[in-house]
Amino acid sequence: MGALAVLGIAAGLVLYALRDTIVFFYTPSEVSQKNVQPGTRLRLGGLVEQGSLTKTDGAKVHFVVTDMTKAMTVNYVGQLPDLFREGQGVVAEGVLGTDGNLLADTVLAKHDEKYMPKDVADRLKAQGKWKGTTP
Amino acid sequence: MEGNNPVIAEIGHFALVLALAVAAFQCIVPLVGAHRNHREMIASAVPAALVQLVFIYVAFAALMHAYVTSDFSVANVFENSHSAKPLLYKISGVWGNHEGSMLLWVFILAIFGAAVAMFGNNLPPRLRARVLGVQGSIGFAFLLFIVTTSNPFARLNPPPIEGNGLNPLLQDPALAFHPPFLYAGYVGLSVAFSFAIAALLDGKVDAAWARWVRPWTLAAWMFLTIGISMGSWWAYYELGWGGWWFWDPVENASFMPWLVATALLHSAIVVEKRNALKIWTVLLSILAFSLSLLGTFLVRSGVLTSVHAFAVDPQRGIFILAILIFFIGGGLALFAWRAPTLKSGGFFAPISREGGLVLNNLFLCAACAAVLIGTLYPLALETLTGDKISVGPPYFNLTFGPIMLPLLLLVPVGALLSWKRADLVAALQRLWVAAAMVLGIGLLVFIFNQRGPWLAPLGIMLGAWLVLGSIVDLAKRISLFRSPLATSFSRLRGLPRSMLGMTLAHAGVGITIMGIVCISLWKVEHILAMKPGEKAEVGQYTVEFLSETPVTQSNYTGTGGHFRITSGSVEVATVISEKRNFKPTGNTTEVGLLQTLFGDVYVVMGDKTATGARVVRMYYNPFVTLIWLGALVMFLGGALSLTDRRYRVGAPRRNTAAVGVPAE
Repeated sequence: MGALAVLGIAAGLVLYALRDTIVFFYTPSEVSQKNVQPGTRLRLGGLVEQGSLTKTDGAKVHFVVTDMTKAMTVNYVGQLPDLFREGQGVVAEGVLGTDGNLLADTVLAKHDEKYMPKDVADRLKAQGKWKGTTP
Repeated sequence: MEGNNPVIAEIGHFALVLALAVAAFQCIVPLVGAHRNHREMIASAVPAALVQLVFIYVAFAALMHAYVTSDFSVANVFENSHSAKPLLYKISGVWGNHEGSMLLWVFILAIFGAAVAMFGNNLPPRLRARVLGVQGSIGFAFLLFIVTTSNPFARLNPPPIEGNGLNPLLQDPALAFHPPFLYAGYVGLSVAFSFAIAALLDGKVDAAWARWVRPWTLAAWMFLTIGISMGSWWAYYELGWGGWWFWDPVENASFMPWLVATALLHSAIVVEKRNALKIWTVLLSILAFSLSLLGTFLVRSGVLTSVHAFAVDPQRGIFILAILIFFIGGGLALFAWRAPTLKSGGFFAPISREGGLVLNNLFLCAACAAVLIGTLYPLALETLTGDKISVGPPYFNLTFGPIMLPLLLLVPVGALLSWKRADLVAALQRLWVAAAMVLGIGLLVFIFNQRGPWLAPLGIMLGAWLVLGSIVDLAKRISLFRSPLATSFSRLRGLPRSMLGMTLAHAGVGITIMGIVCISLWKVEHILAMKPGEKAEVGQYTVEFLSETPVTQSNYTGTGGHFRITSGSVEVATVISEKRNFKPTGNTTEVGLLQTLFGDVYVVMGDKTATGARVVRMYYNPFVTLIWLGALVMFLGGALSLTDRRYRVGAPRRNTAAVGVPAE
């Protein structure tokens, strides 16, 4: 009996948490296609557009993430990862603002030269924009 | 290159193939022999396990030699090493890649197999033959995987002059030793698995069986504890995010076997002492190693995106998946078929030591299931619907935390219950001193933390409850402060080591909990742009940016930012945060870290801003060191328990329990 109660509560927690805490991954095109509402938390993946990185004083940075079809501006306060480069893959997690920009609290960049976030690579492959650096 | 002997790599490759053949023998002959009760076939298991170790040792040493001498005619060395690397990272480069890490895996497997062969003289010969046979089958599967898909000795002709280098994030002392410990843990659980399969084949599980399984599980659990905490420690100071655990799938992959191994440690006690929970313990043994295999699959197949995913090669993924299905599926099928033949005994009331341990198992397995679902759900959803999601810390905090909470509250109580039927009220009465002390601590935290988070006093109380609940009971058993110190000390020495180990391990959990609570609730984070000469406050410390200086080393160049840390008017330390550019590729940022027992000052120098200032991120992490200190205490508790008389190999059976000490 006690065992069933514990398992029941655990299962309930898992289901509740899965509904409320997961974050979807989108490319900029999907954000507009799927009509994602402002205030939604999401992961945005794509390439950092060449020449789009601007740093203001303080620790604020802006850059544009593109999937070659659509582009979105990301605002971020903090330090960019060591492997962050213009023209290369990035994943930013944060909340979609009313202005259509992403206010990111986490920016992840690929881990080494050969590697790009799998999510981004899949999307680029699906769109035929993959530039063939498969290791 | 000079000093290279290209023949050595060929010897290594040859030894690997021979090891595969020996593994096939070790798998088939002893198992058939045990089935037919054929004496010579049964006896062949021991030499087979030893020869297996010799061949894999030769292969491993050959690869190590190729790395140390920078033999770039070996493709694996070329891809993952560089002649300018320090010796330590040439050595750790051996397992810093897919092929080499799999070789390390089978090497450790062979060490465990040989250890069972050598120290297993008091095992029934048939049981030992079966255990070694199952070990042989695991070795065969993984050696076949290495030889056919992941050969570490593939050659390049002509040999390149210079190698590609090791991922600079991996060039770190803690990470150099993280994989060997973690693998020792993963693979150590294979022994429990082999014992479970052998017991199912034998149709017999008794106290002697549990006495055999427990030390191996304990050793594996100790290695896992150290391996996981090293990984977490590395993530803390190397990744530069100020965090220590990210619920990354790869972290989960090592944490799930730990949770089940912890459950197994506890249930094996019940089998040993009370001859109950046998079927459940056998199942846990199978599950613990299954989760190790799953972890290996998740990390090695490249289905996950992380720094650990060396290989993105579907062929390898499918091969490991096949191994996974064979061993997990086969193990569970055998369990379903044979488990009903195991006779269970030893009935107990719900409120008893056994009952407490069942509850422990229930919570640990539920917590493990929650982690498993959170780890696999994104994979399943992507396969089924194509939707990509990430399950992050909020999920795990919401599920894992509440499941573990009641377990942690019950730990000191459960440890006091007696076997068979216990008096809950009496156990609680023994804890009143600890409870009063914990309330006092909670009150103190509440007073000093009036503006802080309301969870803080409760979290600290939970940790203190685990520490004090364990220690106060121990103090009572040895009548500390009530009798002369010498008497107490001799009583302490008379207590069974396993009991002391348990006390220490439970206290270690409490210490880790307190560290987690402190950093989660009281962390101070500050991000700003700084120029040399500027100061900033973090916690009770002042951090001054002094200067930037260039840095040149054999394997990297970079810039070091010097920061002076003062507390009030006292200068405490100067720390350096470096941005490094590695040869031949890769950048890292090194954290400037001041560690004290009371808290860490953590400074990360970032990029230049438009006006030439540096983005600086700093944290004050109070009591964060307790997290790893607690893990170390758990490890020591395990080690102490491992030296308990009843597990000692070949120890004479003595029945002279120390006078005046109640039986455990």
